[in-house]
Amino acid sequence: MDRSSLSSRSVQWAFLALAAGAWYLATATGSVSRLFLPPPREVFTALVALVQTNAFWSAVLVTASTVAKAYVLALIIGILAGYLVSRSKLAVATIEPVISGLFTIPITLFFPMFILFFGVGTGSKVAYGATYAFFPIALNTIAAFANMEQRYLLAAQSMGGNRWQIFRYVLMPGALPVLFTGLRIGFFICLASVLGGETISSVAGVGRNIALTAELMEPGRMFAWISFVVCMSVVLNLLAFSFENRIRAR
Amino acid sequence: MQNNQDKIAISIRNVTQRFGDASQPDSVLALDNVSLDIKKGEFVCLLGPSGCGKSTLLNVVGGLFKPTSGTATVEGRLVDGKPHPDKIAFVFQESTLFPWYTVIENFHIALKFQGIPKAEWDDRAMAALRAVGMASFARHYPDQLSVGMRQRVNMARGICVKTDILLMDEPFAALDEQTRMVLGEDLSQLLAETGKTIVFVTHSLSEAVFLSDRIAVFTARPGKIKTIIDVDTPHPRSPDFMLEPKFSELRNECYALLRDEIRATMALQRDPQAV
Repeated sequence: MDRSSLSSRSVQWAFLALAAGAWYLATATGSVSRLFLPPPREVFTALVALVQTNAFWSAVLVTASTVAKAYVLALIIGILAGYLVSRSKLAVATIEPVISGLFTIPITLFFPMFILFFGVGTGSKVAYGATYAFFPIALNTIAAFANMEQRYLLAAQSMGGNRWQIFRYVLMPGALPVLFTGLRIGFFICLASVLGGETISSVAGVGRNIALTAELMEPGRMFAWISFVVCMSVVLNLLAFSFENRIRAR
Repeated sequence: MQNNQDKIAISIRNVTQRFGDASQPDSVLALDNVSLDIKKGEFVCLLGPSGCGKSTLLNVVGGLFKPTSGTATVEGRLVDGKPHPDKIAFVFQESTLFPWYTVIENFHIALKFQGIPKAEWDDRAMAALRAVGMASFARHYPDQLSVGMRQRVNMARGICVKTDILLMDEPFAALDEQTRMVLGEDLSQLLAETGKTIVFVTHSLSEAVFLSDRIAVFTARPGKIKTIIDVDTPHPRSPDFMLEPKFSELRNECYALLRDEIRATMALQRDPQAV
């Protein structure tokens, strides 16, 4: 790690420490009601108790499998659609603006329809998460393949590469960094949509439990669930970034 | 000419290239009925003002596209708008080294595309890299090299595939004068050693005179060959060639031929209706 990334890393840690300190102070001085924000110690105790229950792990399993299904769907459809669109200039000019236009609509508005179509079970959350994640994946796939510099393709052609070889050795590796950014953004949108969907209307999963503990006025347990999700997101994000960097460095 | 057929490497016959529909006012006639024969082992420069269609002609010979009319034949085979990678290698204006591969991997890809057995890849690549003095950079990524080094490697990649014909589209355009001169010497050396046929597009008068056996001077758009100048000095040429009176005479001759064409091109750029 060089100097500048070391210092930016320490700023990030300082920010985290500051937020934790503010949390502690706000609750210790009693300036924020325990009902809205319990002190860190209470949340930690609740979290330790929570991870020892079976209910916790079955909820995590429901959410994880919902996210996985939604993501794989979005991945397949998004990459396939994006690649097909990228193959024709006309398609890029006409379809790409439509996809990016649709992406600006808050799809949350249609969440009740997902419930109507797919029921209150995990099916609606799979469909909802897949729909949301489709957009960044498709858009980045189009950008990755359509913006390939012409000179590389021309050079590959003049060297006698056939269509498959040009795809495998030129188009694919050239597109991978941008493609992967889409996959990363898509994953976190998928995660957020599934959790959001579960919070609004569902029968199981992490989001459902957060909504439930809020209704039951159990802030300690609610924040325990939330801190679990935050920790998981941070870990997944770090993993995704290190994977992405490895792809770029190649 | 007919009995010399076997010595002709590239034969360009009545090539006309129009971009856009002829009935439209914005269509551009890039090449107007150009014919040229290039002998085996010859170094021919296409020299002309920008936009005169010299790169277009190179792309027609390389089979990157089909001309509006006319034909290009390479070693007796009609090019017909398809690349012939077994006969022709291209070196483009900008480095076309794939940035996601190391230098040596770039060579491997080129050799793989040409269908050359894997066992030969390393030897060929290293020989070509040694020829341009870049052997120690084989494991570097293109981004880790300077522009001059990249273009050196790019040129070496064109050489390593061992086609008889090398088409070079302003390969030194992005380089500084000094690097250009050194690479020019390398190229002259290479020509003497390998006997490749090279067609080289350039703006630079000195480059054209230093490298060419013959210089095809183009007119402003629509491009036609105005004159062909012979440079009767054997390869490899040493830098001393540039100090000979013959060198400046030829350079001046090229300049005199080009001057009016450059003015015509500039007038065209200022006011499209002028010509």
